[in-house]
Amino acid sequence: MSMLEKTLGWVDDRFPLSKMWNDHMAAYYAPKNFNFWYFFGSLALLVLVMQIVTGVFLTMNYNPDEALAFASVEYIMRDVEWGWLIRYLHSTGASAFFIIIYLHMFRGLMYGSYKKPRELIWLFGMFIYLALMAEAFMGYLLPWGQMSYWGAQVIISLFGAVPFVGEELAIWIRGDFVISGATLNRFFAFHVIALPIVLLGLVVAHIIALHEVGSNNPDGVEIKKVKGEDGIPLDGIPFHPYYSVKDIVGVVVFLFFFSAVVFFMPELSGWFLEKDNFLPANGLKTPEHIVPLWYFTPFYAILRAVPTMFQSQFPGVVAMGLSIVFLFLLPWLDRSPVKSIRYRGWIYKFALAVFVISFIALGKLGTLPAGGIYLTLSQIFSGLYFAFFILMPWYTSIDKTKPVPERVTSK
Amino acid sequence: MKKIIIALVMVSLSGLVSASMKLHLDEANIDLHDKASLQRGAKLFVNYCLNCHSAAYMRYNRAGKDLGISDKLVKENLVFSDAKVGDLMKVAMTVEDGASWFGTSPPDLSVMARAKGAGSEGANWLYTYFRSFYVDESRPFGVNNTVFKDVGMPHVLWELQGMQKLLNAEEVKHGATPEFALVSTGSMTAEEYDVAARDLTNFMVYMGEPSQLKRRSVGVWVLLFLVFFFFVSYALKKEYWKDIH
Repeated sequence: MSMLEKTLGWVDDRFPLSKMWNDHMAAYYAPKNFNFWYFFGSLALLVLVMQIVTGVFLTMNYNPDEALAFASVEYIMRDVEWGWLIRYLHSTGASAFFIIIYLHMFRGLMYGSYKKPRELIWLFGMFIYLALMAEAFMGYLLPWGQMSYWGAQVIISLFGAVPFVGEELAIWIRGDFVISGATLNRFFAFHVIALPIVLLGLVVAHIIALHEVGSNNPDGVEIKKVKGEDGIPLDGIPFHPYYSVKDIVGVVVFLFFFSAVVFFMPELSGWFLEKDNFLPANGLKTPEHIVPLWYFTPFYAILRAVPTMFQSQFPGVVAMGLSIVFLFLLPWLDRSPVKSIRYRGWIYKFALAVFVISFIALGKLGTLPAGGIYLTLSQIFSGLYFAFFILMPWYTSIDKTKPVPERVTSK
Repeated sequence: MKKIIIALVMVSLSGLVSASMKLHLDEANIDLHDKASLQRGAKLFVNYCLNCHSAAYMRYNRAGKDLGISDKLVKENLVFSDAKVGDLMKVAMTVEDGASWFGTSPPDLSVMARAKGAGSEGANWLYTYFRSFYVDESRPFGVNNTVFKDVGMPHVLWELQGMQKLLNAEEVKHGATPEFALVSTGSMTAEEYDVAARDLTNFMVYMGEPSQLKRRSVGVWVLLFLVFFFFVSYALKKEYWKDIH
């Protein structure tokens, strides 16, 4: 026995190292027919790690003080060695995280990955998405630019629309009557400690739940149903080395596009870094257009699409909340006997296409002034967004499905 | 399905590009590699802007290092206060004084080029702004600006450009391109002044992000490496997967 084997044996007697490696990597059998859409899970993990590492280095030089925050970001950009790179990796990483998560969720919608027995994976995933939104929202206040300040001001004032306790609630969240140094300090604490811990815990739960039931695949076939004599699914291959080497290719392709943004267009024409955020926060000067960053704009458009009732914005806030709540309910709204879009009828394909168009259109409308034709369009697309969920039990049960094969298909 | 997705992405991307409102801006065509232009811009900046505006995130000697100016020359030509060459480009005027003299305190200019737009948009804004002051007796300093309506500052470059009047004020209100005519001449010809405005813009764009040239040059190598590594990783994947059918 070599020294290495002896050491491993010593550890394994005390900690399930080999067992964990096998359970999650070398003897975790994943379907062999994963396609392009299955890169985004590992990419999300990559970006999460990158955000944490770059975040640690930013925290070393960032100053969460209303008088110093803006200057400390510029200090990072100018005086800290490679500070500009660390900052751009972090700011581009935030947007990349949402692009990846949206594509990851779309994959789930296409192949019915939320359906039984994977409901909990979907729920954990949705909680990750919620935590990520909170993380991004609070992180965006930290550069203390005009858009940081006014974006937070608008979003937090929404809590003021809650009946009876609204004003008190908004003050409690801000720690002040307006966004101020007190808000900056608590958002900093949430952004660098509280939410990352929650995120990491949820990601672990998401992956444990996934490895318990096994991965879905583009055919929506349960590979555990057909096993060989050795008890291994005939359509399964060990995650390591097959998918670890495949995911490296995905990582390289992702990093190519990611680096193109980081090194050549870190603002991405104002979509990743808004120009107004290069002006320091000023509580006395409201910017012309207050627009949240792109990953929130679909929900912002839904908020503005609902008219104020009884002089209260509350109905809009409720609609915005519901637009997220419905996503949680997906496993129970979908009545289709098949998982994958490959074996569903035209109705679901059509509904999903309408949903995607609505989501993108709302994202665009959320950046435009609310009024006239834009408002009407926001209302139409909000209606379609909700129709996707509300009508789902009906249209998925009448949709004509095709027979699902026993085994995964090679294409 | 794939075609639908691609079509959706294309539609959404094309929508993203044309979002901002239209303001007539001239092309600045700056060149951040042109050190002579950047040096002239720095000189204009410290002479005309740095009296009221600060650039408090920028160090004198950082500009010197990037623009190829020695510390000695920086001290002699760019630093007019008792600041050291390693100091930030601050200004003696307090925020309160600025607010009471100009109505609003002159903003810091370190990242102003970026605040006016990403890419060449910020440069075009500044370049057009410097050349768009015109006589308007209704304003406290006797001038207005077609790019920045009711701007709170005087035309500090008037001794270079001279003073101009706006010929088509009514049409400009409805989106026409402004036309100017000089009412008094400055020390520069119109062509010389355009060059000066371009130099100053060049310097301010540089100052907005001093690392940007390094960023791009590093980026080329990063992308080249990733292209190379793609072939390596793809070959590795192919090798492992050749038995999977």
